Amino acid sequence: MMTLISFSPLQPTPGLAFWSVLIFCIFWFMMYKAAFKPITEALKKRDQGIQDSLDAAKAAREEMSNLKAENEQILEQARTERTAMLAEAKEMKAKMINEAKEKAQDEAKRILASATQEIENKKQAAMIEVKNEVGNMALDIAEKVIRKELKGDAAQVSFVDKLVQDIKLN
Amino acid sequence: MNLAKRSLFILLALVCSLSISDIQAQHNHDHDHSGHDHSHHDGHDHSDHASHDSHASPCDADAHHDHEYDPTGTAIHHISDGNVFTILDAFHIPLPCILKHNTEGWSVFSSSKFGAGHHGDGHYSYNKYVLHHGNVHRIVESDFPTGKVEVGAFGHSTKMVDGKKKDVVTMCYNGKVYTAEPRSTLDAGLLGGGMTSFMDFSITKHVASMILVALLLFFIFRSVAKSYQKREGMAPTGLQSLMETFVVYIRDEVAIPFIGEHKYEKFLPFLLSIFFFILALNLWGQVPFLGSVNVTGTISVTMILAIIVALVVNFNGNAHYWSHIFWMPGVPVFLKPVLALVEIMGLVIKPLTLMLRLAGNITAGHIAILSFIGLIFIFGESGKFVAGGVIGAVLSTLLTLFMMAIEIVVAFIQAYVFTLLTASYLGVATEEHHH
Repeated sequence: MMTLISFSPLQPTPGLAFWSVLIFCIFWFMMYKAAFKPITEALKKRDQGIQDSLDAAKAAREEMSNLKAENEQILEQARTERTAMLAEAKEMKAKMINEAKEKAQDEAKRILASATQEIENKKQAAMIEVKNEVGNMALDIAEKVIRKELKGDAAQVSFVDKLVQDIKLN
Repeated sequence: MNLAKRSLFILLALVCSLSISDIQAQHNHDHDHSGHDHSHHDGHDHSDHASHDSHASPCDADAHHDHEYDPTGTAIHHISDGNVFTILDAFHIPLPCILKHNTEGWSVFSSSKFGAGHHGDGHYSYNKYVLHHGNVHRIVESDFPTGKVEVGAFGHSTKMVDGKKKDVVTMCYNGKVYTAEPRSTLDAGLLGGGMTSFMDFSITKHVASMILVALLLFFIFRSVAKSYQKREGMAPTGLQSLMETFVVYIRDEVAIPFIGEHKYEKFLPFLLSIFFFILALNLWGQVPFLGSVNVTGTISVTMILAIIVALVVNFNGNAHYWSHIFWMPGVPVFLKPVLALVEIMGLVIKPLTLMLRLAGNITAGHIAILSFIGLIFIFGESGKFVAGGVIGAVLSTLLTLFMMAIEIVVAFIQAYVFTLLTASYLGVATEEHHH
């Protein structure tokens, strides 16, 4: 019996109920105004800020990767261009060398030809000179022979032979 | 490791010695009142409350009291409200008494007028009011003098009220036994209370605790709110960081899942107020040696919280919600009135369960802790057997520490559950039509 009578936590009392209403309602109002509304708003704002920052970072990252791809492309293009230029230069070099070679060969041929011509000319000239000389010599010989004939036949013949032989040697 | 062991040992020793001193002091004065209720149900005619001749009257100077320890009484005294704030059964902090008598009107005075002694019994009466077990009672008899009067010891007696035996508090003055009646309660006698000649609107132990805790929370959260303004765009630190954990948890795990992404903002401050109010009061009741203040274990408080929740829920109920209560769509017509009846019952049962769950859990935890401390006296046979008391002290300290750890978890869980259910009721009330 005594237990039941004294178990006051289970007995609702008007006084405590009245104070509970008053205290909780004031507490609720004050906390709403001074604490929970500003706190929840600040949290929301901060969350939004974090989300925005994340989005911005993502966008920046995407832009960066785009830029990188672009760079890569430019580099690739440059590389191709360089290769092409190198090949072109190589080709040009070979062409130039060939051309120079051909030119040189032509020149050499021309020089050779002109040299041969010259030699031929000189030879011709020499021949003419030799012929003239030989003619002169023959005349001389003939003169000498004629002059000798007067002295003996045999001696003349061997002499002529000897002269002819000399001419051949020339 | 060694240091940790040593400090644990010192802590245990400290808790042991403090528990013993607290309850021993309590116990020494317990026997003043506990001895009577055993011998009174012996068939005597107690219809006249002055017939105390057959047993020890509180006025007998040499009245014999047995030394039996009453664990139930002690536990209930600790978890009950009171008009003095008693710490360690030695320091009685007086509180304002605001009392309204049916015929004599209001009287406002400090409970220090009662001169509270051990076990919350006052040495004086003031304007016919007396203090017994920390609570204001009023002397029924009209011949009792008004003003401040020194009174004798309190006791219990049984009298017949409407054919039922009822325990009454007795008190002696000038060699005559007077009856003291407690304050009015709203349970209409169902829980042992009922309306009496006066109502107690005092700033009691529980009211003072609520004011203190509410102020504490207000100052904590105002400073937190200020740091959000001061440190805008910066990471939270210290107290702000600690409280943010709870606020964000309630927002993300309670408000948003139950109420929805679009409507939760309107109710979040209410949910947070409920959560922190209950949590702080639960934890306040767990502070050791503060007298086990059992605010959230008191029906008066949880009833008001539950009623406020019910009002907020139903005032925010939309057409969809009310149509589901009074005329449930999608069921055969003959079932609709039955479901309406069930739903209307649910309107009452929902806050009722909120009220009982919180009060029951917190009160049960307090009683468990106080019972474990009470083991010291049961083992020690009320101080006659010292070795038993020591064994009891060691055992009960371990059990009490274990229980206190559980109670801290319970403090969080009950605050969370109350808030969660509030959020789920709000979610149902504001849900949009989507079938």
